[in-house]
Amino acid sequence: MAETNGHSQANGQHYVGTRTIRPDGVDKVTGRARFGADFNLPGQLIGRVLRSPHPHARIVSIDTSKAEALPGVKAVVTRADFADQPSEFIPAGEMMMNYKDVVRNVMAREKALYEGHPVAAVAATSVAIARRALKLIDVKYEVLPHVIDVVEAMRPDAPLLHDDLFTVGVEPRPDKPSNIAKRVEIKLGDVEAGFKKADLVIEREFKTAPVHQGYIEPHAALATVSEDGSTELWTTTQGHFIVRAHCARLLGLDIGRVRVTATEIGGGFGGKTVVYLEPLAIALSKKAKRPVKMVMSREEVFKASGPTSGATVRVKMGATRDGKFVAAAAELKYQAGAFQGSPVQPGVMCAYAPYDIENVHVIGYDVVSNRPKVAAYRAPGAPISEYAVESVVDEIAKKLGLDPIELRMMNAAHEGTKAAYGPKFGPIGLEETLNSIKKTEHWNTPLRKWQGRGVASGFWFNIGGETSVSLTVNEDGTISLVAGTPDIGGLRASLAAVVADELGVPYDKVRPIIGDTGSLGFNFLTGGSRSTFSGSMAIVEAAKQIKADLCARACKLWEAKPDQVEWKDGAVRPLGALAEKVKPMTVVDFAKVAGKTGGPIGGVGRINAQGAGPSFGTHLVDLEVDPETGRTTILRYTVAQDAGKALHPAYVEGQYQGGAVQGIGWALNEEYIYGSDGKLQNAGFLDYRMPVASDVPMIDTILVEVGNPKHPYGVRGVGETPIVPPLGAIANAMENATGIRFTELPMSPPKVLKALTEKGLNKA
Amino acid sequence: MARVVLIGNLAQLTGGVAEFDLSATSVKQLFAQLAELHPALGRHLDDGVAVAIDGQIYQDSLLEPIRADSEVFVLPQIAGG
Repeated sequence: MAETNGHSQANGQHYVGTRTIRPDGVDKVTGRARFGADFNLPGQLIGRVLRSPHPHARIVSIDTSKAEALPGVKAVVTRADFADQPSEFIPAGEMMMNYKDVVRNVMAREKALYEGHPVAAVAATSVAIARRALKLIDVKYEVLPHVIDVVEAMRPDAPLLHDDLFTVGVEPRPDKPSNIAKRVEIKLGDVEAGFKKADLVIEREFKTAPVHQGYIEPHAALATVSEDGSTELWTTTQGHFIVRAHCARLLGLDIGRVRVTATEIGGGFGGKTVVYLEPLAIALSKKAKRPVKMVMSREEVFKASGPTSGATVRVKMGATRDGKFVAAAAELKYQAGAFQGSPVQPGVMCAYAPYDIENVHVIGYDVVSNRPKVAAYRAPGAPISEYAVESVVDEIAKKLGLDPIELRMMNAAHEGTKAAYGPKFGPIGLEETLNSIKKTEHWNTPLRKWQGRGVASGFWFNIGGETSVSLTVNEDGTISLVAGTPDIGGLRASLAAVVADELGVPYDKVRPIIGDTGSLGFNFLTGGSRSTFSGSMAIVEAAKQIKADLCARACKLWEAKPDQVEWKDGAVRPLGALAEKVKPMTVVDFAKVAGKTGGPIGGVGRINAQGAGPSFGTHLVDLEVDPETGRTTILRYTVAQDAGKALHPAYVEGQYQGGAVQGIGWALNEEYIYGSDGKLQNAGFLDYRMPVASDVPMIDTILVEVGNPKHPYGVRGVGETPIVPPLGAIANAMENATGIRFTELPMSPPKVLKALTEKGLNKA
Repeated sequence: MARVVLIGNLAQLTGGVAEFDLSATSVKQLFAQLAELHPALGRHLDDGVAVAIDGQIYQDSLLEPIRADSEVFVLPQIAGG
């Protein structure tokens, strides 16, 4: 059997690269789509969590007897219900995760390490009873001094979170514990020699506030455990196979006995790659012998689910007078939250990735403090370090009198550039994004007083990973597609288009769903901009099996040899003399005779996808500052990014726009505000100010497509890079609007007004 | 012999040696040879690292081939949000 032109339809139509109707669209706009909190079971109980009011306290005792005696309370769990775990690192989401810490994060053991840290959970027959039960739990705390800020946490006399935390990555190994979990570094060339060649050296320090992913849907889980230990769980997550693995590990369950269904998801952005409620709901259900439903309030989401790091970053760059970067150094200090594992490692690796620099030295510190443990947030760690670098790049352009795009172009990474983190880049599209931005009408439009324009570039690695999909040809020739990575950004539409093109069936005859953990082989989570990249590769494998099967069936039906048939343009076609005798058969034709030719038709793709292509983007923003209030308005915004190949352009554009908007929030308003008591003061959307539709203009997008040679369609991941450039682009625009280089994020109205007033720039 | 470079903190486990010439023909052999030379490195390789072979990054892919003239970088594992 031969296979040619596997991406064509019998009718010549292609769906990949078109803006197909979203398979989940109708349910989303009619309210039928079921998100985490929409699932219920007969006889379910309501679970609630008792959380520490203290940012740092030793837990002396927990007495649950009064709560357990309250009528309607069916189960109470505390640290005593979760076996301790050995210190063992496992890859999870963006970072390595230690189960010793995971078990302590889902339920505090020796100490409460942040305000909101769970110390007990109850399951009761009503919300009111559950709340009353929480008040009856008597927890005796020994309140300890706390520390929030990363620099303060690094001081030798800082309150110590873990007395067994010794800094890894320094020689000799420290003999005293500290809050510095790890020191990491990358080196390329000789940075000191490089600085000696520089005509201009700029060194600046930047601070970024901790921010939350801000997904609209709060964490929610519904668990039911039967008497034989079989466990079912519905949860809003970016990776239900990962949830299954964590819950099985934490609760001592066989993985095969746990079935997890990922509900529709109302945003995750990395924050739903870990477990919070899920082990608690299962433990409560097991104890109560009834289903248990748990949903976080918004306040709980802010106080007890993973935000990303606040950070301090020092950047030093050297350039020749004609603009060539000759040396670059940086020191990154990232908050990890209560347990080690900030995204400082990728922050270190990404800092200078957009540039071709011979001499680079970047050091990073992973630092614990009394905040919730950070979780992944879209290109984890990269926006922070690249913001600082892009700010200095702009300052270099200004000092040398160079166009900022030309300066970036002069130093841009390209195919063959040796990245500071090691390997050489293959085909990449950074230069194309810079060129496309420079050609826009946006770039060439004049601005008025108090308006500024900024540009910045950004990078993210992208990954592949373990992926399973299944394709079933139904009796009428329609196709059922089951994928195992939750759809948070258009997965179903993109994969359905690939199936349609691979098998030569109309797009609307492909029905994609996200299967539960019992229906497919293991899938790593939706993260790392991987699900469409990896899923489409798995589909190509599954479709190959189907095409081979159909060719074999055709040979039997036509009494032909394998070399007398081929798959072409959506059908098995007879070749040579055979073509005179029989007609080509499509998938629909085979579906009609499936039973008579061997049984059901289907294929599975089970791969560990490799070959993810790195992604680069360049953003351009115009803004206007109100000198009387310090408020900043985004006037215009253009994103150019290399998608490799946009399977579904509208969804890719949506990723670009969403990343830009989140970056706008990070740059201008969002921040965790702590009081001197270590408590979060703005745990709600009223005070934690995220951009809403009226805050941003339409984000223009430019799809650059430099194909990834390692993917059958040329795809690169697109979800994370768009959040990397906005911070730098907006800071650069602010400098152009006000003449002030803001080195702290967010550039919120009070800070901007203060800076303008101090400089006397806003006098009438 | 493939040229192998350890990136980041891994060289701290090899007494500062960051570059090797190894006869490995697969990632599995690469890890075995590195672990034999520097046992302290072995556990970290098992914990999860990425390997860039001639510019292409691979993760959890023990069977990936390495050519005699390949340039290989051993990196921290990469994921995302």
